[in-house]
This record gives sequence, structure tokens and C-alpha cells, in this order.
Amino acid sequence: MPKITYIENNGKSHTVEVDKGLTVMEGAVQNNISGIDADCGGSMACATCHVYVKEEWYNKINEKSEGEDDMLDQAHNPNKFSRLSCQISVTDEIDGLVVDLPEKQ
Amino acid sequence: MIKTDALIIGAGPTGLFTAHQLNIIGLKCEVVDNLDKIGGQCIELYPDKPIYDIPAVPECTGEELTNNLINQLKPFDVNFHLNERVEEVKNENGHWYVKTNNETVFSTPNVIIAGGVGSFEPRKFTPKECEQYEGKSIFYSIKDKNIFKDKIVSIFGGGDSALDWAVELSANSNVNLIHRRDEFRGAQSTLDKVYELEKEGKINLFTKYQLKIPKGKGKLDSIDIQHENKEIKNLKTDYVLGFFGLIMQLGPIANWGLNLNKKTIEVDTEKFETNQKGIYAVGDICSYPGKLKLILSGFHEGALAARACFKLARPNEKYRFEFTTSSSSILKRLGKKSD
Repeated sequence: MPKITYIENNGKSHTVEVDKGLTVMEGAVQNNISGIDADCGGSMACATCHVYVKEEWYNKINEKSEGEDDMLDQAHNPNKFSRLSCQISVTDEIDGLVVDLPEKQ
Repeated sequence: MIKTDALIIGAGPTGLFTAHQLNIIGLKCEVVDNLDKIGGQCIELYPDKPIYDIPAVPECTGEELTNNLINQLKPFDVNFHLNERVEEVKNENGHWYVKTNNETVFSTPNVIIAGGVGSFEPRKFTPKECEQYEGKSIFYSIKDKNIFKDKIVSIFGGGDSALDWAVELSANSNVNLIHRRDEFRGAQSTLDKVYELEKEGKINLFTKYQLKIPKGKGKLDSIDIQHENKEIKNLKTDYVLGFFGLIMQLGPIANWGLNLNKKTIEVDTEKFETNQKGIYAVGDICSYPGKLKLILSGFHEGALAARACFKLARPNEKYRFEFTTSSSSILKRLGKKSD
């Protein structure tokens, strides 16, 4: 099972196994990782599952969905490595992915 | 002060159907919502997205669902208090006194929280320094546009609100429009207008910039904006407007002494009552073992909470279960003739 590391804004790191086919958002929610709210439940309507993908991983994950950038405009403190974690699919290729969580959603 | 049998907080699908269920059993209710319109998330987040799991409705959009629920309430006299957020709740002699930010006060034996994931609040700028200017020179909505006349206004955002205000204010103000990327999500026609006004020198456009820090002692006089490549520009400005959409916050509900589980409120599954007698939570905001965050679950929870309200609203009467198909008293409430 692919491992994903979520690093909270306070530096606390969580490495968890996430089933293939889920999203990085679901991986966090199922493992009770705080820092990802996912208010809309993954329908790309709220920008509360915002993460910063580590630079070395940014080009290895699936590309942004149509409209994802529009939602990221509303996220808290976005930068060029910002993604909505509900739009990142978990596959074998992203085993080892590291994402930083923002100060708040 | 408004006296009512039940107060519903939240005018989303669950709140609306709960109002219906209260009226069906002969109870009056009032509904408060922080948004300026009825429908909650369905209308604010996904009015055009199709929903496929409403029983007996194969497909409908968030807006259609909302309109149908409003139509279903037509026979009844339900008061909506929109643009109002519930601030305070206190118990006096078994009655709940509930006050909104608009100073509306309700007295009721029953409060039903159908607040979804919380109330919608504008998203704010990241730098903490912005707070000291908020409501004076930094705004997230516009109440009186006349204050911007002949001033320098810096507008942040890439959606319709930012674009519309940039166009509108450019007539009488010096407008900077700042957005974190090159693409805008607002309507193309408005965007064309923005580019036209930029050519005419009426709007200064800064893309790939975000607000770094507001400056000025007491009164705002400039802002630093930072490019994606870290370069910083200082812009003289009198006012800053931020349009970053809305985020849902639990808000004052978090301080009401209810048992919370993350951003949800714990309830029993008989009455959907919280740990406070006469306060119920239904829909996405409630939690119990097995909770499903589906609209249909909210309908079920609202129906049961409404029956629980009866006991406190009509302590001397006995609740009688009846069907809408056959009950003459329900048909009367619905304004229908019974056979």
C-alpha cells in the first residue's frame, strides 16, 4: 500500500498507508490527521483540503483538475506547490509522497 | 422578542425539511441563516451540480432541490431571518433565549441546529497584520461604495466579485487589481472589460502577486505585494478589498456548552438532542455512531427532532402520529380539502 507523509504546520509528521484509488484527502481524513478539513467531502467546492506538495513530488502526481486552480484562489495562503488533496489520486507511483499542511484551511 | 415553538439555525435542505415537519405536526418555527439566501451549501457551493441520491428524485441540482423544498413550505407561515448569525444562547426557566448579530431575540423551548459545516464567513487575508485595519481600510464586502470615491483601492481576488468591483469602482477611484495567477475565474465579458480598462489606464493589473503586508500607522497608507518569484512591490493605497470566497466556520455555536466532536455536535439517535435539553442538531453538523453525511439522513433526523420538539412546545398535549395522506388536521394545515 502506498505510504503518504503529511506534515502539519507545527512540524508534526504522520506517515500512513493509504489504499490505492483513494485520494490524498481521504487518506488524511480516514487517519484522523488534523489540518485537512475537507468540508465539501471531495467535490472540489470548498478549498479546505489544501496542501503544499513537496517540490520534488509536484510533477510526479496527477495534473490539476479543471477548476482546481479556481478553488485554490480561495485557499489560505496558496503558493505554486498548492494542490487540493481531494484531487490527488493515490497510486503506486506516488508511494512516499510528502505534503505539507497549511497553517489553516 | 419573537416567541416560537422552535428555532431552526440553518436554511439548508435539512433546515427546510425540518421546518416542514414541524409545521406538519402543528408547530410554528422561525429560521435563521447567515447567508443572504435560502439553500445553504446547495445554493452557495453547488447550485448547478447534479445530485443523484435524493429518494424518488433521480437527478436534480442543488438549486432545484432548494426550490422544491421552498415550494413544499408554501402552505405554511415560516419566517426566515437571512443575513443573520446566531450569537448567543442562554437558558432561563427552561426556555432558550437566542440572540442574533442583528439583535433579533427569540424565546423558544426548542432550538434545532441544522448548520451544515457551520456558517459561511468571508475568507480573509493571510498576514495577521491585516486584522488591525479590518472594517476601517480592509474590507471583505462592501456596504457603502461611496467611501472609495477619489481614493486608491487595491482589490485582491480572481472571481466575479473582484472583477465586478474593479470595473465598477474604476469609474471614480484609482483601482489596483491584484491576483495570485494569470488566469481569472470570473465571467469572460467582465474580464474583457477589465483588460480594456487596463489599456485605458483606469485599472492597474498585477498578476502572480499576493498581499505581503499592509503598512501605515493607525491608518493604512500602503501595501507590499509579493510576486511568485519573491519580488516585492510597494503600492500606495487607501483601501484594500479581499474577495476570496467563503469558508464555513462553526462560529459561536462552539461556545454553547455542547459536546463537540471535531466540527460536529454529538446527539442521540432518538430525538437528535444534544447534551442540552431542547437543543437538537440535525444534518451534516450532527454526529452519532454510523452517521452518514447525506441529505436524506438530514431529512430523517429533522423529522425525528421535530417530534421531540412537540413535547416541549405543547407540554399539556399528547403527540399523535398521523399520515399526511389521511389526517384531516394535517390536510387542513396544508390548506387541502379532506375527502
